[in-house]
Amino acid sequence: MIEILLLVLIPLLLAWPLGLYMTGIFSGKPHISDRLFLPLESALFRLSGINPARGMDWKSYGRAFLFSNLILGLLAFVLLLLQSWLPLNPDGIGPLSWDLALHTAVSFLTNTNQQHYSGQAQLSYFSQSIVLVTLQFVTPAMGLAICAAVLRGMNGGRNAETAQENEERDLGNYYVDLVRGVVRLLLPLAMVTALLLAAQGVPSTYDGAQKTAVLDATSEIKEQTIPLGPVAAMVAIKQLGTNGGGWYGPNSANPLENPTPVSNAIETMSIVLIPMAVVFMAGGLLRRRGFTLMSLAAMGLLSALCIGASIYSEQLPNAAFAGLAAEGPNLEGKEVRFGADASALWATLTTQTSSGSVNAMHDSLNPLAGLVTRAGMLVNAIWGGIGCGFVNFLVYVWITVFLAGLMIGRTPEIFGRKIETREITLLGALIVLPTLCILGLTAFTVAIPALTGNSNPGFHGIAQVFYEYTSAFANNGSGFEGLGDNTPWWNLSCVLVLLVGRYLPLVIPLMIAGSLARKRVAPVSSGSLRLENATFCLTLVTVILILNFLSFLPATVLGPIGEALELAQTE
Amino acid sequence: MQTPLMQTTGRESILQALLTGLRFSVLMLVLCGVIYSGAVTLLAEQLFPRQASGSLVQQNGIAIGSELIAQPFTSERYFHGRPSAANHDPMATTGSNLAPSNPALRERVAADSARIQARENVESKTIPVDLLAASGGGLDPHISPASAHLQAARIAQTRQWKIDEVNALIDRHTEGPQWGLFGQPRVNVLLLNLALDTASAQPRSSHDRFHPKESDDD
Repeated sequence: MIEILLLVLIPLLLAWPLGLYMTGIFSGKPHISDRLFLPLESALFRLSGINPARGMDWKSYGRAFLFSNLILGLLAFVLLLLQSWLPLNPDGIGPLSWDLALHTAVSFLTNTNQQHYSGQAQLSYFSQSIVLVTLQFVTPAMGLAICAAVLRGMNGGRNAETAQENEERDLGNYYVDLVRGVVRLLLPLAMVTALLLAAQGVPSTYDGAQKTAVLDATSEIKEQTIPLGPVAAMVAIKQLGTNGGGWYGPNSANPLENPTPVSNAIETMSIVLIPMAVVFMAGGLLRRRGFTLMSLAAMGLLSALCIGASIYSEQLPNAAFAGLAAEGPNLEGKEVRFGADASALWATLTTQTSSGSVNAMHDSLNPLAGLVTRAGMLVNAIWGGIGCGFVNFLVYVWITVFLAGLMIGRTPEIFGRKIETREITLLGALIVLPTLCILGLTAFTVAIPALTGNSNPGFHGIAQVFYEYTSAFANNGSGFEGLGDNTPWWNLSCVLVLLVGRYLPLVIPLMIAGSLARKRVAPVSSGSLRLENATFCLTLVTVILILNFLSFLPATVLGPIGEALELAQTE
Repeated sequence: MQTPLMQTTGRESILQALLTGLRFSVLMLVLCGVIYSGAVTLLAEQLFPRQASGSLVQQNGIAIGSELIAQPFTSERYFHGRPSAANHDPMATTGSNLAPSNPALRERVAADSARIQARENVESKTIPVDLLAASGGGLDPHISPASAHLQAARIAQTRQWKIDEVNALIDRHTEGPQWGLFGQPRVNVLLLNLALDTASAQPRSSHDRFHPKESDDD
């Protein structure tokens, strides 16, 4: 219990100063970190022909975001396809199929890191440590950049003081934000984390796999091949950047990727550290500390409820073990060194954020914890992915402001800026989108059994398919991994969901922010809706829950709820 | 570093935007993929050479395994580890991914439970869960202390030890929560079995007080 509290409270405490630091680097004012980082950043801008002084309105910002993604994605795809001809391949790993290479490139480009391959066997050191690691640095910084731009827009942009009403607003420079996220935030944190993990036993070498003998001469295998590589460098940024794509197939459940309880603690805290810090940064950039507190309360409440439910669930025995073993928690798919509690905590945090790394197999979770993991991904705004999680949270805030405005009979306003038809239409699209993608494709895939590749029958089989698309849409990347997902159908249909789930939920809020920024600010009056209090916080939580219940409760009955009832019946 | 003017917002051509993206992407590959990965990896290799290369366990100059990776043990003379969905092949590392509702999981657990009951001469309700549950990566090097103690009687019998000595060895190899805070108590099966072999090979001073094995059904 103390362990669980520490693993949640330490990152929350660290997130405070980190959030202040992030406010500093994204506020556009001179910052003490300039002396250290400005020379490197200037060199990067000069070499890539970027004018860092150029301000961008929402259109230019979004355009730069999309073009940089297009190029980075193409480059990653080509490099992955060519891996067997590129250097750093000591184990002589062969090429990927084109659909698997495409899925992998898109999956890492969208900060999802859904993996339809097994890293140690199918990817070269070049692919993992150069191509994927680069995406693991750049893509969270992209989310963070969009988040910073949206927050600037909510305050009228950087030219708020001088601009006329309806004049386009300056939301910042996309490349400056992006570079700062990588250089000033992710790189330093990842370096420290990687060394700490290496000290705990995560491999860190460019040598190939090691062959070792086995002790018991009577066993059926006579030697083991221990896959190695520059693993620690990747695991650090995988955890910190809400990426989740690990070096080895079973991710941080593999003892090489997560060797000790202390490495597990470091990796668990790394999942939520930056997403929590973004909440502090948001209050800083909006210059509204109360908004940070309200957001922390809403996210904290939902997060704590889910953590509690999932730990309770995994403390219950696995139904398949009834009468065959001593009473005990569900340890199928879990590691002894972590135990049920720390595994349930990780499963909850990794699905609330868009990390998707795992230290236990979600497919073997009891139904309630299985439900908690998919709920985290469907909401996708409890801490959430770096930047994008808070943008999703703002979407819920805007919707709640609109509904609350209707309830009290006032024009819905956020920080004095009216939410009108254009904004609400765009928000409506964001509500319908996940329902359409996830439910539509789940229904289609389940209807054609040849496509599904299930490893489990019944309700859990439906849940496997639902989970895969939810994970893709939420840019999470975890899976009910029994699914046989390296097929052209799964690779290509997931590519579609990944792209829709990444770009629309980032670009649409950017549009909304651009349009809010231009509006006249109404002065605060006694009739204005206040966002920074308990009433709004609880309304917001309720709206989050109702929206998701309405969209996904029927599908959940066909998944974990059905499975739970089935198990209860057989007992 | 001052608020730039919007006048400079003139939009670039698509070609220019793509070219900027390309140059930027290549720079990031160099910075994050080559410089960061390379620097961190080489530094860690210097600082922690043993951990960096897989925490291998050497015996007479031969790598006999990694202390992080479970090995298959089938001989009666050794402690056995957890079921492995990967058949203890690190290249095929995986969990079972069987759901609690999957009949295949129940069948597997029932078969393993029956085998352990026969092998250790115990009842099903005394078998700790971890000894029947497949681990997440199929390579979990640990078992719970209870799972080790369950096997003590068999080890004592096959190696002609006193059961107290086996239990004492288990206790010596039981790791508590790391730093007193993190994780669960556990026993590394490979290291425990190596210790068994070492102790069995050494002519121990206690050897002469060895009595014929007593009943260990306590």
